[in-house]
Amino acid sequence: MISETSLSMTGPFLSMTGPFLSMTGKAPCLGFSWSWMLDGWIVVVGALSAVASSLLGNFLVLRKMSMLGDAITHAVLPGIAVAFLVSQTRSSLPMFVGAVVVGLLTALFTEWIRGAGGVDEGASMGVVFTSLFALGLVILVQTADAVDLDPNCVLYGSIELTPLDTVAVLGYQVPRAAAVLSVVTVINALFVLLFFKELRLTSFDPALATTMGFSSTWMHYGLMVLVSVTAVACFESVGSILVVAMFVVPAAAAYMLTDRLGVMIAISVALAIISAVLGHLMALSIPTWIGYRSTTTSGMIAVAAGGLFFAAATFGPRHGVVVKLVRRQLLSLRILCDDIVASLFRGEELEHPAPKTTWLAGELFASTWSMKMALTLLRRRGEVVVHDDALRLTEIGRERGQRLVRSHRLWEQYLVDRAGSGAERIHDQAERFEHFTDRNLRDELARETDAPVEDPHGRPIPDEN
Amino acid sequence: MLNPQERTDETNLPTAARDDGSGADVPLSVYDLTVAYHRKPVIWDVGFDLPAGQLIGIVGPNGAGKSTLLKAVMDLIPRASGRVRIFGDTYRDNRHRVGYVPQRESVDWQFPVSALDVVAMGLYDKIGWCRPVRKKHRDQAREALTRVGIGDLADRQISQLSGGQQQRTFLARALVQDADLYLMDEPFAAVDAATERAIVEILRDLKARGKTAAVIHHDLQTVPEYFDYVVLLNMRVVAHGAVEETFTQDNLQKTYGGRLTLLDEVTEAMRRRESSI
Repeated sequence: MISETSLSMTGPFLSMTGPFLSMTGKAPCLGFSWSWMLDGWIVVVGALSAVASSLLGNFLVLRKMSMLGDAITHAVLPGIAVAFLVSQTRSSLPMFVGAVVVGLLTALFTEWIRGAGGVDEGASMGVVFTSLFALGLVILVQTADAVDLDPNCVLYGSIELTPLDTVAVLGYQVPRAAAVLSVVTVINALFVLLFFKELRLTSFDPALATTMGFSSTWMHYGLMVLVSVTAVACFESVGSILVVAMFVVPAAAAYMLTDRLGVMIAISVALAIISAVLGHLMALSIPTWIGYRSTTTSGMIAVAAGGLFFAAATFGPRHGVVVKLVRRQLLSLRILCDDIVASLFRGEELEHPAPKTTWLAGELFASTWSMKMALTLLRRRGEVVVHDDALRLTEIGRERGQRLVRSHRLWEQYLVDRAGSGAERIHDQAERFEHFTDRNLRDELARETDAPVEDPHGRPIPDEN
Repeated sequence: MLNPQERTDETNLPTAARDDGSGADVPLSVYDLTVAYHRKPVIWDVGFDLPAGQLIGIVGPNGAGKSTLLKAVMDLIPRASGRVRIFGDTYRDNRHRVGYVPQRESVDWQFPVSALDVVAMGLYDKIGWCRPVRKKHRDQAREALTRVGIGDLADRQISQLSGGQQQRTFLARALVQDADLYLMDEPFAAVDAATERAIVEILRDLKARGKTAAVIHHDLQTVPEYFDYVVLLNMRVVAHGAVEETFTQDNLQKTYGGRLTLLDEVTEAMRRRESSI
């Protein structure tokens, strides 16, 4: 296996990596090598930018302005370019200032175009950020000769190079990106913690917030300042694609998994970290399985986040597709069991001979497969016995059938008596309600309808057992 | 626009017109209030004093500017002209004395909060910036939910409440605000009969405790039963006063059927002018 996969982009810097290489360990089972000094820092930088973005992303998603993260990430480009032009340095401070100013302008222009032009928010964002992004590119290309700045780097980032550009923090050599992103992450975390209540209120009910003196406008622009700062801090190292993904994807996935805001934020942070670790491992390993060298980590982190979202959307406990499907299947199975027992009870009432499985399946519009499932369940519960393909109720089954039929007929009586429904419509309604009627509800129904002995069709209402 | 002082007797003007700090006993006084969207007036030259300690119905056809009136009172939308006084002072100074129940459709019910969280929002003003919601606040919110009859649903995510339960949640939130003047935007819209009765109970309870509630209402049948005082609104105030005297066939005709010919004409003229530019 290739031993310096993670260094594939660092060719010119290899001379600097001497001390790091000695720490490179082999992980033969995974098929790639892992160096804590390189890969460890790459994961840390990826995780920090993912966490910083997703903290704010929760509120972008909940305020239905996920794309504003995208817009600002692109639109800050002219801010950076102009900052270069003016300051002629690559130092961070002018870049930050330029980016934040343009980030705020993006939010302001978007609001303004929406309000004044009556254009919807998505369209006005599209207008603002493409214009600003294009302007930024023009300025960058014009100044590229004079200033040492590579547009590609702004677009795609270079997370693989971040461990090589270090600064001293408390006597330790730490990648500059990690130091900067730590600060941004702490600021964002403090913002979310301190203003949790205010963010929740202004996101949920901006009108009420404003009447209480929590200006939703100020919260909005506070959020936009941090989104701009985060976007600039991140995309220098991880590229704009990953920033956009991290503003939206972990928060959207967390939204599928919980219905509490605090939990949603915690889950989004966890998903952001998992995406970073998983993304880098995937970038190192997956290409080698098919005979290539490692691929871009930023891209893979975004792919991992997308994968996690897909998993959340599929298997989530409340909104997940699979859970909904299973729940619906279980409910229809339960209803079929009820229907079998109830119709066997009615058959006995009329002293019909015990019905065949296939005949009853036809009566209840049940497929052979679901009929088989239901009968297995009923036999295991000891409510139904099958004898020569004929279905009979046991004593337990008869009691349940009696309860169901009682519910059904009490409902019919109630609907005619109390709700004033026409006799021709009540059967279908009662048929639905009987599956969700317990002892208490039945007693209440009997009380409300003065304990009748016959339903509106003149059939006897069996006693409670 | 006419100067109202030339038109009306000075003594009939709302207290807000004088703006001399009088009217501390008037929960809401509005004078010469005009609001326009895209330079087209939505409400025009609206003025009235609301009596304290009464239940007030704000009634008028769709598009009459009822919600706009409430929002303009609370500085949620800019006004083209006019003055608003809450207990004799500006809204900004007295906003803690005002409780607001917005329209149910105005928020996203899929938002990840529980009914209890929503009710606790009514206390945020008292809790203040950057301080967390504590147990005593949650207890207070739970108590309010019990008062509106859904204490057992406190921990439900709000999309799992029925329409009536959602409306009760909003009312509970207004109750914990402990305001003196309540402004409610269609609390009776699309609720079940039980909720409607519960809301009426709550309104009467508020009145018994000396509070004032101004409620936008659609069902003309129930106005005399629910309210003491009525403001009939159709872009301008058609009439306002005690229900027995004001809620007459004649006034309703003017509010719902009568054409405001001159106003219509000038609005139309303005619109034509706008589009020709």
